[in-house]
Amino acid sequence: MLKTFAKGGVHPPENKFSANRPIEVLSLPAKVTIPVSQHIGAPATIVVSKGDKVKVGQLIAQGAGFVSANIHSSVSGTVESIEPVLDSSGYKRPAITIAVEGDEWEPTIDRSPELKRHIDADAQTIIKKIAEAGIVGLGGATFPSHVKLSVPAGKKADVLIINGVECEPYLTSDHRLMLEKGHELMVGIQLLMRALNVDKALVGIENNKPDAIKYLSEIAKEYPGITAHALKVKYPQGGEKQLIKALINREVPSGGLPIDIGAVVHNVGTAYAVYEAVQKNKPLFERVVTVTGKNLPKPSNFLVRIGTPVSELIAAAGGLPDDTAKVVNGGPMMGKAVTDITVPVTKGTSGIIVFPAAESKRKAESVCIRCAKCVSACPMGLEPYLLIRMSQRMMFDKMEHERVLDCMECGSCSFECPANLPLLDYIRLGKTEVNKIIRARKN
Amino acid sequence: MNSIIITAVLVLSLLGVALAIVLYLVAQKFKVIEDPRIDLVEAVLPGANCGGCGYPGCRGFAEAFVKTDDIGSLFCPVGGNDTMAKAAEVLGQTVEAKDPMIAVVRCSGSPELRKRVVEYDGASSCKLATALYSGDTGCQYGCLGLGDCVAVCKFDAIHIDPVTLLPVVDEEKCTACGACVKACPKFIIELRKKGPKGKRIFVSCINKDKGGPARKACQVACIGCGKCVKVCPHDAITLENNLAYIDYNKCKLCRKCVEECPTGAILEINFPPRKQKVEGQAMNVESN
Repeated sequence: MLKTFAKGGVHPPENKFSANRPIEVLSLPAKVTIPVSQHIGAPATIVVSKGDKVKVGQLIAQGAGFVSANIHSSVSGTVESIEPVLDSSGYKRPAITIAVEGDEWEPTIDRSPELKRHIDADAQTIIKKIAEAGIVGLGGATFPSHVKLSVPAGKKADVLIINGVECEPYLTSDHRLMLEKGHELMVGIQLLMRALNVDKALVGIENNKPDAIKYLSEIAKEYPGITAHALKVKYPQGGEKQLIKALINREVPSGGLPIDIGAVVHNVGTAYAVYEAVQKNKPLFERVVTVTGKNLPKPSNFLVRIGTPVSELIAAAGGLPDDTAKVVNGGPMMGKAVTDITVPVTKGTSGIIVFPAAESKRKAESVCIRCAKCVSACPMGLEPYLLIRMSQRMMFDKMEHERVLDCMECGSCSFECPANLPLLDYIRLGKTEVNKIIRARKN
Repeated sequence: MNSIIITAVLVLSLLGVALAIVLYLVAQKFKVIEDPRIDLVEAVLPGANCGGCGYPGCRGFAEAFVKTDDIGSLFCPVGGNDTMAKAAEVLGQTVEAKDPMIAVVRCSGSPELRKRVVEYDGASSCKLATALYSGDTGCQYGCLGLGDCVAVCKFDAIHIDPVTLLPVVDEEKCTACGACVKACPKFIIELRKKGPKGKRIFVSCINKDKGGPARKACQVACIGCGKCVKVCPHDAITLENNLAYIDYNKCKLCRKCVEECPTGAILEINFPPRKQKVEGQAMNVESN
C-alpha cells in the first residue's frame, strides 16, 4: 500500500503525452519580454534603461525588499523598451523588452556541462547566492526561495521535502528533469540541506513515474541523507501540506506554515536551479516547460529562456491545431487560460496546454443536490457547498470562521461537482474579501 | 364548590397584581430614553433601507441625523431635497438644497465598437471575472457586462442593454444611492450631477492606455489627445494618465468638447438635436 495524504483528493485522467520526450533546448526568439513581477511579493525595481546592452544572466531588475526576487536577462541584446505589456490574464504589467543579438553570456557563469559535486559554500553563502540568482518556487507558486530557507528565529527545520510529485495531469517537466538531471538535482538537494542545516531529505514522487523513482532511488545511495519515495497517484499531492502529510505524516496547523512542524518543501525544479546558481553561478533565466495537448502534433518538453512568447513554444511543438479553443498556462487543474498567446513564459510557467473546443467549455450549471462530493474531495477538510452559498450571499465574516483561507485553490471541488457549480470561483472571491476584512482589522 | 372558584380567582388576581408591580419596576429600572424625534425623522424617510446614505438603513440615518451638529453633512440620496427639507423641519432647522445626482456608466464599448477577443464562460459575476482576467475585449478597463450593478440595484434602475451589452441607467428610477458604484469592480460607474433638465456631458471612457492601444481596443475610447482640454472655455476638463475627465461642477454644458472629440468618447445626454450633423461622426445616443 503506497503512502498518500489522508483527506480528500481526486484522480483526473493523467494524459502525460510528453513523458517520453527528452528536454530540448528551444532556439532563441527574436525578442523576449520579461515582466518585473514574476514572483509573489513586491515587483522588482528595474535597473536598466532603454538602449542598454545586456548580456545573458545580467541583473536587469533588483528585488524590492526581502519578499521579492531579482530578475536577470535571459538573452543578450539591446533593451528595446520598458513598458507595460499584456500578462496572461490580460492586464498590462511593467516589463522589459529585449531585442536578441547573439548569445553572449556573463563571463562569471560556468557553462561547462560537467557535474560539480563538491560543495564548499556554507549555509549563509548558499542562501545569499539563491537570493542573488532570483530563484523562486518553480512548481508554480513562485514564492521567493531564499525567504523559505531563512528559518525564523525560534523555529527549526528537521527535514527537507523535495516535491517531485507533479500531480497535475499533462505536465511532465519535473519528470523529465528528474530523469535527465538526476545528479545535479541531488547536489541541489544537498545544498538545500546544508542551507537549512538538516540531515534528512525525502523526495516524493508519484507512482506514475516508475522510471524516475527507480533512477533517483539508485543514485540517492551516493548522497547520504537523501531518499526517494513512491507515492500513490492522487491530486493535489503536490500541495505542500498534502505532501508533508503523505511523506512524514505530520499535519500543518490551520493558518500555519510547514516550518511550524519542522518541514521545508521545495520543488525539484527549484533544487536544480539552486544547483546551477550555487555551483555554476548561473542565475535563473531559463526553465523547463511542458508544451502539450491532445491534438498538438508534437507534445514536448523545452528548456526555454524566460520571456519567450508562448506562441513560439507552440510553434516548436508543431503549431496550434485548428480546433484549439483554449490555451492554459500551468496545469489543467490550477493553471489559467491565457487571453493572448503572445504572452511571455515566466518563472512560474510549468506548462502550456492546448485544449480543443470540445474540452474547453464549462458544462451547464444546475443546482446543488447536497451530495457532498465536494466535501469528500476537499484535501483541506472544508465544505465547499457551504462556502459557495456564503460567498453568494456575501457572508464573508462567516466564511472566515469556516476557514476559507485554508483553501489552496486546487479545484478538486469544482472538478467533482456533478452540478458543475462554480465552487472555486466563489471561494476565491470569499478569500479575497476575507483577506480584506483581516487587513482592515489590523489597521 | 363556590369557595374553590373564589380562591382561584383571588390567588390569580393577587399573582397578576404582584407580577405587574415587578414588571413595572423592571421597566422603570431598564428604561431606554430615546429621542422621540428619531421616530419622526424616520417617518419622513423613504424607508428603502438601501444604505445609500452610508448608514445601515433609514433608522440608522435618522439616529445619526438627530445626533449630528451639522445636518448639512448628511444626505438621503433616495429622498432627495424634499425629504431632507422635511427631515430638517422635524428638528426645526433648514438645509441647503443639493444638486440631484445620477449614476453614469462611463463605457460605450458595445461589441460593434469594441471587439471581443476572448470568450469567458465562468460564473456570471463581474467580481469573479475581474479576479481571473481583464475582460473579453482588448480593453482592460471596460465594462464586462455581467451585471453586478444590476444585481445590487434596489430600485430596478439599471439594466443590461441586449444590443450594446452595457448597463443602461433608467433616469426616472435612479436615486443615486451609489450601490452600483460600489459594486462595479472596474470602477466604471460614477455619480454625477444630473444637470438642468437632465442635460449632462461626460467622458464615457476610463481607459488609461496611450492613444494607440486604446483606439485599437475600442473605437470610442478616450485616446488622451487633449483636444477637449484645449477647447474647453471653462477649465472644466483635466487630462491625467491619458484620460480626460470633466468636472461637473465647472462644466457649463457648452458642448464644445463633444464636437472636438475625435473618437466620440464624450457623450451629451438629453440635449435637443443639433442643427447641422457632421457626416460620418459617431453621433451620441439620446439617453444613457
